[in-house]
Amino acid sequence: MDAAAALADLVEISPQIEAAAVVSGDGELAGSVGVPEARAALLARAARELLDGSAAFRSDQGRVTQLRAELAGGDVFAVAGEEQAIVAVAREQVAPGLVFYDLKRCLVALNAGSTGGKAADARQEDRAAERGPGG
Amino acid sequence: MTRRLLALAGFASGALAGTAVYRRWFGGSRERLDVYFDDGSFVTFGAGSPEAARLLPLARQVLVASGHA
Repeated sequence: MDAAAALADLVEISPQIEAAAVVSGDGELAGSVGVPEARAALLARAARELLDGSAAFRSDQGRVTQLRAELAGGDVFAVAGEEQAIVAVAREQVAPGLVFYDLKRCLVALNAGSTGGKAADARQEDRAAERGPGG
Repeated sequence: MTRRLLALAGFASGALAGTAVYRRWFGGSRERLDVYFDDGSFVTFGAGSPEAARLLPLARQVLVASGHA
């Protein structure tokens, strides 16, 4: 699954996420959603610096798997894999566990093909079933 | 009786004022960074720590760049 499709699935199943981007290990932008095009590269670089900077506080080179910055204007989440990371901006007062869960699923979908898309389809079908035949 | 009511009102007013001051002083600076590592460890850098002073501006850059700040 490409980054654009994975991110589209992500914001569809996670309405609390307002913007997200896929960032490679060297800070290059692989895709984004909800981010102004002119600022997407800046966001990717800042996210990579944030992940690398967070890892630098460990003397044993421990790898950062996820982080959350709670800020006055909203929350920044990131989930990092071996090669790439997903960073997302969410409204204040979100449930961090749910956001991390959805970001991890998105990362898995990116790495493993269409798994995330099928999962998103399944969740859409669940929601349609909950709404009933008239919804 | 009146004295007791006045004491109760004074205590309630003081509690409310204390709550307001606490929220004003500590509620506005709740910025923090939670970092999780691959070995399962976890650390929180609260506002005011040297680590947060270096990393929170990067997080703010992400927030501003997203256009949702």
